[in-house]
Amino acid sequence: MGILEVKNVGKRFGGLQALRDVNLSVTENTVHAIIGPNGAGKSTLLNVLVGKLIPDTGSVMFDGQSVLGRKPHEINQMGISRVFQTPEIFGDLTVMENVMIPCFARRDGSFRVHAFETVAQERDIIDEAEHMLADVNMLDKRDMHAASLSRGDKRRLEMAMCLVQKPRLLLLDEPTAGMARADTNNTIDLLKHIRDTRDITMAIIEHDMHVVFSLAERITVLAQGTPLVEDTPENIKGHPKVKEAYLGEQAQE
Amino acid sequence: MLGLNKRDTSFLLIVILLTMTTPFLMQPFAENSPLAQFNGGYPDLMAKVAIFGIFAMGFNILFGLTGYLSFGHAAFLGVGSYAAVWMFKLLTLNVLPAVILAVIMSGIFSLLIGWISLRRSGIYFSILTLAMAEMSYRLAYSVLTPLTNGETGLQVRPNDPRILDSATSANYPNLFGLELSSSYHWKVLGHDFTFNVGFYFCAVIAIIAFYISMRIFRSPFGMMLRAVKSNQQRMSYTGLDPRPYTLAAFVISGMYAGLAGGLLAAMDPLAGAERMQWTVGGEVVIMTILGGAGTLLGPVLGAGAIKYLENIFSKINDNVLDGWFSFLPDTVREYVVWFFSRFTGEGWALTLGLMFMLVVTFLPGGLVEGGKRIGALFRRKPKDDGDDAEHPPHSTPHVAE
Amino acid sequence: MDQILLQILNGLDKGSAYALIALGLTLIFGTLGVVNFAHGALFMIGAFCAVTLQKILNLSSVVLDPTKTDFLGNPAKVKTPYVETWFGHDMGAALIDWSVPLAILFSIPIMILIGFIMERGLIKHFYHRPHADQILVTFGLAIVLQEIIKQFFGANPIPTGAPDAFKGSFDFGVYMGFDPNAIIYPYWRMIYFTFSLVVIGAVFAFLRFTTFGMVVRAGMADRETVGLLGINIDKRFTIMFGIAAAVAGMAGVMYAPINSPNYHMGMDFLVLSFVVVVVGGMGSLPGAVLAGFLLGILESFASMNEIKSIFPGIDQIIIYLTAIVILLVRPRGLMGKRGVMEE
Repeated sequence: MGILEVKNVGKRFGGLQALRDVNLSVTENTVHAIIGPNGAGKSTLLNVLVGKLIPDTGSVMFDGQSVLGRKPHEINQMGISRVFQTPEIFGDLTVMENVMIPCFARRDGSFRVHAFETVAQERDIIDEAEHMLADVNMLDKRDMHAASLSRGDKRRLEMAMCLVQKPRLLLLDEPTAGMARADTNNTIDLLKHIRDTRDITMAIIEHDMHVVFSLAERITVLAQGTPLVEDTPENIKGHPKVKEAYLGEQAQE
Repeated sequence: MLGLNKRDTSFLLIVILLTMTTPFLMQPFAENSPLAQFNGGYPDLMAKVAIFGIFAMGFNILFGLTGYLSFGHAAFLGVGSYAAVWMFKLLTLNVLPAVILAVIMSGIFSLLIGWISLRRSGIYFSILTLAMAEMSYRLAYSVLTPLTNGETGLQVRPNDPRILDSATSANYPNLFGLELSSSYHWKVLGHDFTFNVGFYFCAVIAIIAFYISMRIFRSPFGMMLRAVKSNQQRMSYTGLDPRPYTLAAFVISGMYAGLAGGLLAAMDPLAGAERMQWTVGGEVVIMTILGGAGTLLGPVLGAGAIKYLENIFSKINDNVLDGWFSFLPDTVREYVVWFFSRFTGEGWALTLGLMFMLVVTFLPGGLVEGGKRIGALFRRKPKDDGDDAEHPPHSTPHVAE
Repeated sequence: MDQILLQILNGLDKGSAYALIALGLTLIFGTLGVVNFAHGALFMIGAFCAVTLQKILNLSSVVLDPTKTDFLGNPAKVKTPYVETWFGHDMGAALIDWSVPLAILFSIPIMILIGFIMERGLIKHFYHRPHADQILVTFGLAIVLQEIIKQFFGANPIPTGAPDAFKGSFDFGVYMGFDPNAIIYPYWRMIYFTFSLVVIGAVFAFLRFTTFGMVVRAGMADRETVGLLGINIDKRFTIMFGIAAAVAGMAGVMYAPINSPNYHMGMDFLVLSFVVVVVGGMGSLPGAVLAGFLLGILESFASMNEIKSIFPGIDQIIIYLTAIVILLVRPRGLMGKRGVMEE
């Protein structure tokens, strides 16, 4: 029984069957990658997982509870954090504040009016956030405006914001999309560091094979809206069906 | 002190000092000096600065922190005034219960309007608040006449029941017997300083309001509100529900507006529907932005500047201008005076509109940002003044690894 | 039955004004993505174009006539408008009489010019700033424009008459087979309605059948793609701003005889026209027109005594109430595109 169980999920947009009979099980404390050529339904699946889309059929269970029909903040409170394709951070706030906000969200829930404490008095939260920043090597940038960070640092900050919540499942949506090679490698190193130092389950939606094969422990290949195979990276590499699905695309890589 | 750090404490103390010495500060010129017309130390004007300062401070908690631009806050000002006058009529002319009821009523009313309006964001929110305010204004004028006394406005009358103090001879709003309209004049060195009970009452409340808004700015709650403005998507994916946060900010700012409305009624026990017109709500928008939205001191500065200038500008008529330009030859003077009189006296609104456009275009941070830029020119090394929550000190931009 | 028709007719003139202003607002929002709080001011300036032309045509030479005396015994002053001197008495009098329709010709170049100056001088700099800033700066502009008009024309409404031929009312009911005197309708309102239909038709035809309009419509749907095709979309959008200003101006000119123009009529109409735009669906031109007429008619029904006795005050708030309900129930409005305004 995995921590995330997707059963028979189907989703249709007009004439297009975006997802068909998707079954997926993510085991706790593994890095599970979902790959597939363009149009395979990766983004649709992700949107189903985070509650943005409600599938026509099937169920999505996280730790025995259904996530369908819940709002994004409720799903996060269940223990699922999300990293976006382009980093979503609080650009007007400082790096430190960016990391403190998720700490508050975990401690106080989705809404609380704590209007009469000062931020400076919240020693525990400050310590926690500082630890997190030190962990991702950003402590020296704590007072910078988040919007003025480099792209790679924004990604790093977003990751820190997710990790500080100690999520049980971290969803990553093409975390290296549009990045230069150096930034991509930095991100891979960061993710490896996270994988090796914490008990965390990660589900990565990714296009870049290099990223997938350096990180994943299980891989699901999606094609035309349905899972083709699910296996270890070693077995996936030489799998004929995968080659077929990626034909033409991999030639470019 | 009071849960503030050292810098904020001294900041608050400076604000208290400035507020308490306003009768001196706004009355810098001697009575018979030609500059006496620029004195602004009248109780009425000073109290208005404090009251509109409160109004703008509250508006700033919504707009400055969350970025939701409401054009409907005049409705809460109006509700506050009506509530206060009803308290005067029914219970007592003591201002404290009136002000408290004003805050409560406007809080309830803003909860209702906020709950509806906040289902939309951006320009749709602005339009919804606009429609709400206009609707309240029209209702106050027509159907709600039994509550609002329609066009005439709600007034205190000698035959009101006033359960608690009808027996006493009090005829004006008072604070435990001390009439708000009573003043003490201190004439010294040709100056005439007025210390008015009403002004000091408003000033003390304004300081409390300022302290509360300071606490909100520095609190985790304030940080959440800034997060709403910055990125709602990230906020909800971080497990926070933006809507109740925004609604809380909306209600708080509505209560500030109601407080201001109650104080207006306390200074002059009359409440009319025109106070609810959306253009009044537009005025508080102008004050907040002119002073500097998102900063603590900005809205108060904006309210003070606008109310003071309004008073001065409307006093400058053609005769005054003639006097100023008497050094010019007659024919030229006529044109110069004509030109300047477009912007003074009745033309104050034109000046205000132009000023507002210039600030929005060139100085989006308002007076506070302007002050900082000037300060930076002199000091060369910009230092944070502590009155600004939105612009933490910038480090040099980081170069990517 | 005749009551219903009468209320529909009564709603048409306000509805026409709403529709015309909302059309311009939507054009500007759809093309430039700017929320223009100064649009009501353009309507007001249009109305004052009519006032100005009437004043200009009424400029008179004053001659002392020694044969007559006024009540103080001084020689009486005889005013002769210059136009009567120049074009002869009959022609001059006709020109003065027809000053409002003439003002349309007079207003079009003025309004287009004002529109260009506004767009190039101010709004251009706000394309990449937040919507809130756009609202604020155009709000400031609206105040400035209204105060300038107040400086020149004073605070009181200025009566501006329709041509004599269109003053008064006619029995509309008879044409429709009702009893005589059942439906009496003023000529000018009928003209205003017809005029607005013509203007709306012209704008739609312009967008539909000219290449220029086609590009603008494509730009409204997807600005980036059209830009990528190497078409200078900005220049066309500037021209659309001028057209939107002219539409608002013409609506104002023709409205002058219905309600005497005053300096704050722009602000009064502004809130209502935003409400109309929202009800019609932000960004939808047909929606704006439809909602304009519908709300005008709805307002007129709400002011019937039968309705008012059941819901007192409903005539004052019906439009706002409708807008709030629509925003909450169907946020994209009557004809808005799916996804617009929906979270």
